[in-house]
Amino acid sequence: MFTELILTSLARFLSGASVRWIDCQPDTCQRVYFANHTSHLDMILIWSALPHNIRRLTRPVAAKDYWDRGPLRRYMAKTYNALLVDRKEIKVHQSPVDVMLREIGSTDSLIIFPEGGRQTGETVGEFKSGLYYLSKKRPDLELVPVYIDNMNRILPRGEFLPVPLLSCITFGPPLWLEAGESKIDFLTRARNAVIQLKEND
Amino acid sequence: MVPRDWILAAIVVTLLAVATVVGQLVQRQPQLGLNTAALTTFNRRVRVWWLIYAILLVAYYSPTLTLVIFCAISFEALREFITITPTRSADHRALFWTLFIFTPLQYLFVGSGKYELYSIFIPVFGFLFIPARAALAGDYKRFLERVAKVQSGLLICVYCLSFAPALLYLQIPKATAGEAPRLLFFFVTLALLSEAFQFIWSQLYGRHVISPAINESRTWEGLIGGATSTALVGMLLHMATPFPYLWQSAFMAMVIAIMGFAGAMTMSAIKRDRGVRDYGTLVEGHGGILDRIDAICFAAPVFFQITRHLLGAG
Repeated sequence: MFTELILTSLARFLSGASVRWIDCQPDTCQRVYFANHTSHLDMILIWSALPHNIRRLTRPVAAKDYWDRGPLRRYMAKTYNALLVDRKEIKVHQSPVDVMLREIGSTDSLIIFPEGGRQTGETVGEFKSGLYYLSKKRPDLELVPVYIDNMNRILPRGEFLPVPLLSCITFGPPLWLEAGESKIDFLTRARNAVIQLKEND
Repeated sequence: MVPRDWILAAIVVTLLAVATVVGQLVQRQPQLGLNTAALTTFNRRVRVWWLIYAILLVAYYSPTLTLVIFCAISFEALREFITITPTRSADHRALFWTLFIFTPLQYLFVGSGKYELYSIFIPVFGFLFIPARAALAGDYKRFLERVAKVQSGLLICVYCLSFAPALLYLQIPKATAGEAPRLLFFFVTLALLSEAFQFIWSQLYGRHVISPAINESRTWEGLIGGATSTALVGMLLHMATPFPYLWQSAFMAMVIAIMGFAGAMTMSAIKRDRGVRDYGTLVEGHGGILDRIDAICFAAPVFFQITRHLLGAG
């Protein structure tokens, strides 16, 4: 509780984040928030931008190889109730998508970064297919696009000291997998939804 | 507080109370048909004025705490400034230095009262450090432009603003109790009033816009009328200042008005170039802190230097 307060306040201070909801409202229904990814703070930032009661029900999906290293990171990941996914060893019947769906059950939501890794920030990278399979197996999940602006300047890739400029988190209108929509079409549409929020300034 | 300070405080509180009550009353009377947006802005301004005078009260009792408050304002203003001016990732380390090393150090030096240190620290050391650090990062694209942005931000938001609380540390010969806080009071009050006067004069008699491409609401009538009105109020407030002659108060008031105008125009030009309306646009609904202090940033160092000269202060 206390750690959560400190870490969220710190994240808020460092990012000076303002939060916008465009054609979308905070809700406790099961959702998948998918966002562009440029810094290690992204996960904390989206999580802390959510209202308290929703935060309780939302699990950020994070890379096991990063967040499982060292006691501090493990402790932080535990505070955020992060769902650690192994990027390296993917076993049969233990695919990340299956793990995620099993973990959220019928109550929780997810935060994922479908680019699969941090980008430089100028452009939104191509999406990996996880989002498609999540939606295919659970078509009832609301997919909410999220755009994080300016975080690439606050903590660029390869830097460890953050510069607290002002950032902005935009939540956009939810989308669903259409009947018969192909994987490529769907992923392009989802990626465009994030890019749309970037241009919506 | 000496009696004269009580009188000043009473005047300020009365005027602010009147402004608050009138603002709230008028807002509840929609049938008057006044511009609601302007009214909301006015009421918000009045709240900011209360806050500013609360800070000045702090200044009366604790110069150190005032420095901490101004340091926080500089920090916030600088991050707004850098947010809207594009830099590249190679500038990251230089930006970290400006925000976390140069900003607190400048206020620390002001607090130590060593004029010869805080008056050159950023123009010499900060000025040279930033391009050197950016060069070490090994990215030469738009180099001079990027460096100039960081330097300007540091100079305007930190160096210039720090001269406002530095008034509290001015060694005025034969000073009576509360002389330094009253000087800061004089400066801040006139800076706020000159903005208000220029706005009112522009609204009433504004004909000739000075530079429509930069700012459509600044007119010659507003500038001249505003500066004259400010000078008159400066004469009225003469008893609150350490200036020996009446003309000096009037002249200093004029300086504040003109420099405040220059600051607002400069910041408008930067905003226009970046295509934003307010520095705080990332936060919806209200202008940033930099929009509130642009006049003070430009007026503070000039007011400080001339005052120092006029009073023979150390």
